[in-house]
Order: sequence, then structure tokens, then C-alpha cells
Amino acid sequence: MNALTPSGSDLALLCATAAILLIPLAIAGLALINTGLGRSRNSAHLMMSSLCVVGMAAASYVICGFAWQGLAGGSARVISLAGRNWNWIAKAPLFLQGVTASPALLTVWMQSLCVALSAVIPTGAGAERWRLGSTCASTAIFSGITYPLFAHWAWGGGWLATLGTDYGLGRGFVDAGGSGVIHTVGGLTGLALVWILGSRRGKYTADGMPTAIPAHNAVFVLFGCLLAWAGWTGLNVSGAVLLNGLDPRSTGLIGVNTTLAGGSAALMTAIVTRVRFSRPDASLTANGWVAGLVAGSAACPFVPPAAAIFIGLIAGLLAPLTIEILEARLSIDDPGGAISVHAIGGIWGLLAVGIFGRFPAEVLVGRGSGFSGQWVAQLVGVATLVGFILPLTYGLNWLLNRFLPHRVTQDGERQGLDLHELGAGAYPEFVTHSDEFFQR
Amino acid sequence: MKIAGLLLLLTGWFLVLSALVLLRAAWPQALFVLAGVGVELLALALLFRSHAIPRGRRQ
Repeated sequence: MNALTPSGSDLALLCATAAILLIPLAIAGLALINTGLGRSRNSAHLMMSSLCVVGMAAASYVICGFAWQGLAGGSARVISLAGRNWNWIAKAPLFLQGVTASPALLTVWMQSLCVALSAVIPTGAGAERWRLGSTCASTAIFSGITYPLFAHWAWGGGWLATLGTDYGLGRGFVDAGGSGVIHTVGGLTGLALVWILGSRRGKYTADGMPTAIPAHNAVFVLFGCLLAWAGWTGLNVSGAVLLNGLDPRSTGLIGVNTTLAGGSAALMTAIVTRVRFSRPDASLTANGWVAGLVAGSAACPFVPPAAAIFIGLIAGLLAPLTIEILEARLSIDDPGGAISVHAIGGIWGLLAVGIFGRFPAEVLVGRGSGFSGQWVAQLVGVATLVGFILPLTYGLNWLLNRFLPHRVTQDGERQGLDLHELGAGAYPEFVTHSDEFFQR
Repeated sequence: MKIAGLLLLLTGWFLVLSALVLLRAAWPQALFVLAGVGVELLALALLFRSHAIPRGRRQ
């Protein structure tokens, strides 16, 4: 099968369709995790934000995002530099015009869910202070510009995907399940938004110490992890079949590796928090679980199970440590842990492809040969995410903030976004909060 | 500081692109890419520092 054109075999289409049907569970899982990690006064707002983000992301992507991303092998704008071609953006029509055949439509369906999942990630980082209207506007920009641009480079036959054929760097930049395209792009957008939004009121004391603002529902968070697990399996399988030309009969390895990466990461985080705080921490362990799933996505079709366990263990170690460093030392108030889990976990997953990835001859056909230089291709992809996508998403959101402020008013933040923006609390029968975490 | 950090991020990325365009041999190319990543790490340090709330003046 050729990776540049999605396989049209009945088995591949059936397998991809079944896998795509699972992807909304990943979105539901992330929405539950973000909601559970917030305070009860913002929980309906957080869930509502996730719903609006999904709708806006899918619409924006279909209207113009797909036109920039395109499909591998499709028409694209190419510039010639130093005697080499750089495929930098697709040239597909707006509103999916002309996309009628089944493999292409399946890919668009999968991609519209991927962009929705990616767009939900920043809502966790900006939770409890990000206005709903601004969230929707930022999502439109994210799914119409930022995501499709990098997705074209990595998945749409762009210059990163062709690093293997053009520069002899292994099979080019490989990201089978979206560690970079979905999670790092979403996580870096979360970082840009946290920088623009600032920290929640009361998060830091006058002497600079971070205050613990506990999650309001650990059951939501942990159940969200289980939903995310099912969704990730679908995401990784559909990505491997539709975007990398993997034989549907070998998707069992993807399921095994996805489970191993997530499970080993959660165990590692539980051990780290047990050593660090004398008891395993539920919300951090949940973050570790998702970090393992994120890190395992890029490499899961191309690594043996032992490597998937190792990838998960490192992700489970990185997640709690970076959450602590970001919060305590760098003043990054990220209630959902989106930056550590998705950006840092995703970057580790991309680098892991360069270390552990082994590519069978029948996959990624037409994208170079051998493994020499694969780690350089992965490093170029990571450098592009940090060096181009982060400034781009920061600039776009900074510009948006000038016209449509991201941050809710001080009174709205004190009242809680449920009452302030939606007019009703999520749990009206109960006294759900006090102002103990709010400094007047 | 913020603008300098963002510009330095872009500089690091251009360094990586330059390595691909200008260098053919594997090791010099890889070293140049690593140098670009190093510049990006410096830029990130600058950005984190510029966004951190100074001690004693946090919200």
C-alpha cells in the first residue's frame, strides 16, 4: 500500500471507519478531565466550552482548514529553494468541494475529529478564566490556520513528510497517531494562551508561592482517562491505516502499544507521586495516563511492545515533574496540565520515533528508505513546532486578544464562569464553593 | 523581552531550515540542526522568564 494515497481496500476502509467511530470518546475523555480538574463553579462552562470548541473546530476546518491541509499527493503550492522543492501549503478547494470518493472522505472525517480533539486541549490550559466567545474565535483561527498548516507539512505530503525523499532523512518526519500534529500543536497553543491570559486570581500568593486549587471531581478525571483510552486506540488505528498505509491486519499491535504506553505512564506517575508526596496522586496519575497515550501515538505502529512500555514510563516521569516545574518555578497556571501532558508528552513521543521506530517495507512507501537520519527528521519536526507553530499561535491569539479580550472580568472570575457567562451553576442544589482560593 | 524571545524562536527555526538547504553531509547537517534547537531552547528560557510574575508582585 502506498502511504501517499489512502488505501481503498474494503478491509482498510472498514477498519478505518470502525476506528474513527471511537475518536469522539477521546474528545469526551479530555472534556471530562478538564471539567473535573476545574472548580465546581466553572464546570458547566468548561463542558460547554468543549462542546462549542468541537462544533467550531469542525466547521472551521471544513470551510477552509482542509483547503490548506489537503491530502498527500494532492495539488499544493510549491516553492523552489536551493534547487529543491518545498511543498508548504495545499491548494484544495474550500468547503470540501470535489472531495467525494470514500478514502478521501474518510480521511476528512478523521481529520475533522482530530482538529476538534486538538482544539479541546487549550481549553484545559485556559480553564476558569477564558471567555466563551473568545474561546470560539480562537478555535476558529486554530482550526482554520494553525492546525491545517502543520498537518499539511506532516500528513498532507508537505515538506516535513518528504524529508526522506528530498534530504535522505529516513522516512521523513513520522507522526503516525498525531503526537505532534494533534497534541503538541494543541499543547503549545495552550502555552501561548496561558501566557496571554495570565494566572487565575489567587493562584499565586503575594510572596510568590503557588496555591493548591484542588480539582472538584476526581471521578470525572479518572473516568475521562478510560474514555480517552478507547478514543486514542481509534485515533491511532485510523491514523496508521489512512495516513501511513498500514495493513489493517496488523492493527492489533497498535492497540497493545496504546494500552501499554498509557498504562505504564500512569503506573510511573503513581510511583513518582507516591515517593514525592507519600501517597499516589489521582489527578497527576490521570495526567500521566494521558501523557503516556500522547507520547505513544507517534510511534505505536512502528515499535515493539517493550519500547511502548519504555515510552510510557518516560512520559509518566516527565508529566508530574514538568507540571511541578511549570507551576512552581515558571508561574504557568495550567489547571488541566495541558502543556506538560500534550506539548511535552507529544515532543517526547516524536523523538521516540527517531530512537525506537522500525519501519516495515510495506508502510510509508514513497517516503524514503532506511532509518539513517530518522532522528534528525524528527528533530526538524520538533524544531518546527517550537520555532514556528508556537510564535504563530501566540501572535494570532495576541492579535485576537486586542479586539476580543480572552480574559473574563475580575467579578466574573470571582463569581465563577457558570453563573457569570451561562447564568446557572452546574450543581444548583448544593453550595458548591467558597472564596477560600480567591484573594480580594 | 517577549518579542525578542519570539523572534529568537523563529531564528532557531530558520537555522534548522538553513541546515537542510545548505548542508549536504549528514553530521554537519545534524549538528547545525542541533544548534538551531539550542537557539530555540534559549528563546523558550527567555519567554518563560519574561512571562513569569516577579516575586512579591504576583497576583
